[in-house]
Amino acid sequence: MAGTWDLEVNGQAHVIQAEGSEPLLHVLRDHLGLKGARYGCGLEQCGACMVLVDGDPVHACTRRLDSTAGHRVTTVEGLDAPGLLAAFLGEQAGQCGYCLSGILVSVKALLDRTPNPDRATIAAALAPHLCRCGVHARILRAVAKAAA
Amino acid sequence: MSQSLARNPQLGQWIRFLEHDRVRIATGKVELGQGIVTALAQIAAEELDLDPDQVVMLSGSSDNGPDELYTTSSLSIMDSGSAIRQVTAEMRALLVERAARRLNCAPDDLGIERGHFHIAGESTGQSYWTVTEPGDLEREADGTAPVKPHASYRIVGRPVPRRDLPVKLAGGGFIHDLDEPGMLHARILRQPGYSARLAGIDGIGDHVRIGNFLAVLGDNPHAAEQAAKRARVRWTGERELDPTRVDAYQLLDLPSRDHHIGADFADTAHDNELTVSRPYIAHASLGPSCALAQYRDGHLTVWSHGQGMHPLRHSLARALDLAPEAISTIHVDGAGCYGHNGADDAALDAALVAMARPGRRVRVAWSREDEFGYEPLGTAMVVRVSAAVDSAGRPVDWTTRIWSGPHVNRPGTTSGHLLAREALPDPPPQPVPTDPPLSRGGGATRNAIPLYNVGAHRICWHLVARTPVRTSALRGLGAVPNVVAIEAFLDKLAAAASLDPVEYRLALLEDERARRVLREVRDRARREPGQGLGFGFARYKNMAAYAAVAATVTVDEAVRVEKIWCAADAGLVINPDGALNQLEGGIVQAMSWTLHEEVRFDAHGVASLDWDSYPILRFDEIPEIDAWLTGPRDQPALGVGECTVGPTAAALCNAAADALGVRILDMPLTRDRIVAALLAGDDPAP
Repeated sequence: MAGTWDLEVNGQAHVIQAEGSEPLLHVLRDHLGLKGARYGCGLEQCGACMVLVDGDPVHACTRRLDSTAGHRVTTVEGLDAPGLLAAFLGEQAGQCGYCLSGILVSVKALLDRTPNPDRATIAAALAPHLCRCGVHARILRAVAKAAA
Repeated sequence: MSQSLARNPQLGQWIRFLEHDRVRIATGKVELGQGIVTALAQIAAEELDLDPDQVVMLSGSSDNGPDELYTTSSLSIMDSGSAIRQVTAEMRALLVERAARRLNCAPDDLGIERGHFHIAGESTGQSYWTVTEPGDLEREADGTAPVKPHASYRIVGRPVPRRDLPVKLAGGGFIHDLDEPGMLHARILRQPGYSARLAGIDGIGDHVRIGNFLAVLGDNPHAAEQAAKRARVRWTGERELDPTRVDAYQLLDLPSRDHHIGADFADTAHDNELTVSRPYIAHASLGPSCALAQYRDGHLTVWSHGQGMHPLRHSLARALDLAPEAISTIHVDGAGCYGHNGADDAALDAALVAMARPGRRVRVAWSREDEFGYEPLGTAMVVRVSAAVDSAGRPVDWTTRIWSGPHVNRPGTTSGHLLAREALPDPPPQPVPTDPPLSRGGGATRNAIPLYNVGAHRICWHLVARTPVRTSALRGLGAVPNVVAIEAFLDKLAAAASLDPVEYRLALLEDERARRVLREVRDRARREPGQGLGFGFARYKNMAAYAAVAATVTVDEAVRVEKIWCAADAGLVINPDGALNQLEGGIVQAMSWTLHEEVRFDAHGVASLDWDSYPILRFDEIPEIDAWLTGPRDQPALGVGECTVGPTAAALCNAAADALGVRILDMPLTRDRIVAALLAGDDPAP
């Protein structure tokens, strides 16, 4: 049902007028112009759309607007994680980069909870994410460096 | 002179002098995630004695950049890199000479720093920007200016960070993100096959229909998506597949054009043979295809993440009956494509809608289902190698026999066309299959001739004219099944001769660079108890980079890769870190193909339309990867982007055979195949 929804995104309060069933991904990309969360599959299978809702990684492609209203959303644009970015740049942990914003979001949630994860823990936290270019090993190294 | 330069001889097609001490370098090659734009900027900065930050890159513009066809086949450094090196060397020589005349000194007296001329460390007040004249850009390259010797390089050969990565890490930089108020969003309700005809539409709002081409429209992406979901479309005349038949071995029964390359058949009996297969596989780009288009005042502008903007312009012109000059094609980065995926087809989709809605900017986005369902696939292949061996167990007569669908169906080549043309009135005939000739690296025949000394050799190649699904270029083309077959066969022959597999290979290799990469991985690779160890080697296309890979695996219900070692020799390497990233990416992608990937079919075509039914390698399956560059850096640059895929797949198959004691001959190495191989058991591995 069309309605008006309060949404806090990256620390800013927004009032969104849309159908409650509209996926959060569309709200972020097309209402708010935040293009960092990406469409990959719409099925929670690839992780390209990952955002934080109250600090937890959530697939924005299937998350509805009405169930997100009143919660805190953080996208890659609002991560505020310079150490993480520096580690990814340092390792040149990217090829096409399409998967990266979702991965950064999950890594932020991981490191907030587990400051010194081992390789297996990092890999497990990234299990919801696909990377098609094969940059996995660099990404795993970058996360370990960011944690160190 | 490079082919790219011969095709675009005017210096101004490549270089412009901009304000603020900057130089713009144009290239026809485009960024696909491989880092090419960064590497080409290094080459230009090197020859011009600029810092890389002074070089602005323009990539993939039909109006303002050179035509370098497609960005494919690990050729960009060789094609575009050598053209840019030559162009910048000529421009530098021209401007140095002119500056010397103005300053009344000898050219050799001039030093250059950030494009400014110095004499004995003193500023002259002259620079590229003060001495260049408009006519300079009109000149044609003559290929005579000397380029810098490798020994004096200070930018080329050093790791330089990717130019585009900061933007992408910040959440931007993709064609999918282009947005402007008032844009029209379209989804395509795709014709489910060449012969299908649109028989009825219900529940549809604003739309564009041209023959069997149907696009639904919305004011935002969500509205277009919802419109597509609501629409009820009936098709007739769809030709159904028999999904139980669509596999690699079906190729042996389909009509084919047969080719014979190399030596005549010898009388020698081939007592040894081995046959491998690969299924149809998908490019499976993480970001589904997307394109934007706008038709205004008789001119069409198209934004695309395709691999070649000049060929795309021509294909669009043919499809839309426009003059090429009436179309501008502009490259914007997309997700990695790994070959010919849906990108070009999405461009025609957008153009068709834009022409039906003049003035509006139109954005077409494919869904995940569209991408898996309609991208051209990497063709299935069957490869049979056989040989006669001498008393020492070495091959003396060798045949590679290949059954394959076409590897190139690109629009703009003699065969392919943009997908939506099949839905328009008066559709083009079904493509006549073609494949690149061996002189250009081959398609199905890519790496089919071993680099090893195998005596007389030949290829028998069955090019299947009509595969049940559209196929086209996917990273490595036929190299993966060919290298897997050759390397598996060598393991088998070595075992029959009771020889170490690496020593056996070294005895058949004369090329010192090939021997070096193989020896280096052999020396580093270590197997733990219970692990299988396997090797794979190839020189990509037999003319690009050399790569040797060793893999250790354990096998229980699945093949688990424990560690990968890779040595590659690419001659001169422009950006070593970028090259390593490509080596590693190829290793992981080939692991994924070898262990997991297989397109599934039903009566309507591709049935694996999501990542559950088309699984790819995940983070928890990634082994430690030790990849390094070796070999002579003073030799010409050799394409590196695809060099690891064949050797990696081969090393995994050989390591799995070593661990299991039996060989799985059909990729991917799934649980079912492991069980079947163990139960069969009587076909001993090498």
